[in-house]
Amino acid sequence: MNITANGKPRALPTGATIGDFLRELGWQPEWVVVEYNGEPLERSLIPDVHLSEGDRLEVVRAVSGG
Amino acid sequence: MTSSFGDVLAAFPIADFVEHAGSSGDADVSRALAKDHGSRDVRDFAALMSDAASRRLEGLARASHELTTKRFGKTVHMYAPVYLSNECLTTCTYCGFAKGLPIVRKTLSNEESLDEARYLLARGFRSILLLTGEHQKLTGVDFLEEKLRLLAPVVPNLAIEVQVWDEDEYRRLRAAGCDGVVVYQETYDRDTYAKFHLAGKKRDYDWRLHAPERAGRAGMRRLGIGALLGLHEPWLQDAVAVAAHALFLTKTFWRSEISISLPRIRPSASGYSPQHPVTDRELAQAVCAFRLLLPDAAIVMSSREEASFRDGLIRLGVTHTSAGSHAEPGGYIHPKEAEEQFEVNDLRSPEEVAEAIRDMGYDVVWKDWAEPLRA
Amino acid sequence: MAIQIETTTDPLVIGGRTFASRLLIGTGKFSSGESMRDAIDASRTEIVTVALRRVDLDSTGGPDILAFIDTSKIQLLPNTSGAADAHEAIRLARLARAMGLPAWVKLEVTPDPRYLIPDSVETLKAAEQLVADGFVVLPYINADPVLAKRLEEAGCATVMPLGSWIGSNQGLRTRDAIRIIVEQATVPVVVDAGLGAPSHAAFAMELGADAVLVNTAIAVAADPAEMARAFKEATIAGRRGYLAGLAPARESAEASSPLTGFLDGR
Repeated sequence: MNITANGKPRALPTGATIGDFLRELGWQPEWVVVEYNGEPLERSLIPDVHLSEGDRLEVVRAVSGG
Repeated sequence: MTSSFGDVLAAFPIADFVEHAGSSGDADVSRALAKDHGSRDVRDFAALMSDAASRRLEGLARASHELTTKRFGKTVHMYAPVYLSNECLTTCTYCGFAKGLPIVRKTLSNEESLDEARYLLARGFRSILLLTGEHQKLTGVDFLEEKLRLLAPVVPNLAIEVQVWDEDEYRRLRAAGCDGVVVYQETYDRDTYAKFHLAGKKRDYDWRLHAPERAGRAGMRRLGIGALLGLHEPWLQDAVAVAAHALFLTKTFWRSEISISLPRIRPSASGYSPQHPVTDRELAQAVCAFRLLLPDAAIVMSSREEASFRDGLIRLGVTHTSAGSHAEPGGYIHPKEAEEQFEVNDLRSPEEVAEAIRDMGYDVVWKDWAEPLRA
Repeated sequence: MAIQIETTTDPLVIGGRTFASRLLIGTGKFSSGESMRDAIDASRTEIVTVALRRVDLDSTGGPDILAFIDTSKIQLLPNTSGAADAHEAIRLARLARAMGLPAWVKLEVTPDPRYLIPDSVETLKAAEQLVADGFVVLPYINADPVLAKRLEEAGCATVMPLGSWIGSNQGLRTRDAIRIIVEQATVPVVVDAGLGAPSHAAFAMELGADAVLVNTAIAVAADPAEMARAFKEATIAGRRGYLAGLAPARESAEASSPLTGFLDGR
């Protein structure tokens, strides 16, 4: 299936969870926060939410800033 | 109707400022240096470009270094040029791409463009400047739009240094993922400009002069300008014009970042070189004078300049630099197959440049901006 | 012997939490994660700001900034830098909360990338919404006494007027307005932005500010950790001066190896 993550199209096996998606790219869920179809997702839910066609993800993390 | 830069330039006494630079004494330099950052004008800039100021270059350098560090922190932004094509219908006699030159012409396919981008991304780059010659049919807006749509999902920051377009065309390019436009006026002197631009759309001086404003109105976030110093003699006249142009753009487009570049004429396939080329010391002084005039402008130094000279300029005020550059299409994957626009003098790899920058106590910024989380 | 911190007699209270230190630190512009961590330790700060940015999914990126900050001792204050209007600021704040951080936010809406002067209209709009969402809101604002009162009425936990433009290191160009804000405020006043020298921080505290937030002046100092220590002591001294009754405010070029040495022989 196809989703959009950080503005880029990504292809995934159907039924993959957000946790799978992140880990497959080398990102541990604890490092980031995810906005799922416009709504911020509680961190604990990341591993369980199953993605479906056309979902939109924003994966964000803390960086240095004044 | 707000005035265009053409109106400003027409009424702008560039010759007076060049004369002021020539006659400035120590007192003029001290007055310019003592002013608050952000309040200096082109007259101060001229004083800082004088021989009197050159005798106090270390003082200029310290003020410029301090101001640059304050506004940008201890960072250097890295970008890489990607030449999509060297096809060209104009005959700028100073350029290696000029029409009619017996050189290998090449335009990258989508696949080749992606390969060049991926090569650079793998080396850490996140900011790429796309360049082409000026060929209406082969490298028109459709060609650029297609390449931008292709690369935008992969490359966070994309800017273009191509022929100039109208406001709607810039809007299309912005929507396709371009967030920066670089337009060098080459020289602001109309007669010299005509002498060097004999054919093609680039002959139209005013159409080119107002391109940054069209790009700004089209919502481009970064506007880059500059002049090829040495094309017009005395080159100081063009430096003063760039200063005035940068001040105008900074005031007019407060949401955009303005960048300036100070390329010097280099030998190229068409073999043009000036009688009084800009010396290293003069270019260093210019970097300081531009920083003191424009606290927040990005000052760009490409790989035209040789390594140790370029590293030295970073301490003075250069904030953006390219690395491991190739000035010919397909150059990253198939070096030296096609003709390059100018001879690259800093042959270090991106890793080596990044290492040199860190050794100087600066952090390398590969990506300084991303489309915020817009709705 | 460094000045001891008064922990009991004069705590700073924000959003129902008490803090011993009145120096908040920003984490931008440091030349490395290590130098940032050392400066944070040296400052004894208990509140540190961070920004939020999209992750680059194709690389695992450098070490996570949170690896450099001991969040058992330090309250993270996510900011909304990068937001050009209220909508984006609210979106960033919600993302920060979803990160598991306590619902605190340094609300900053700065559409102008040059001076980063905050947009008062969008800041007030965002503040009202974020307070309603249960956030502890610390708005970075122009030194505008009326705006400060409007934000206070909207339920903000503090007001954070700027001393001078971010990164300008010009100290308290807005001193007269800050005096009025301090005089009228019923919430803590944190002077944020433009404090370029320890003396500026001391002066802000002598004016009656409850705290200061410093970033550029420490991050770009020749020795950031030592500069952080200096700001810590200056903040304490200024506070002490204020409590003990008031006293009445130049940049020197730092000597360093010749910057133009690379031109010799050219």
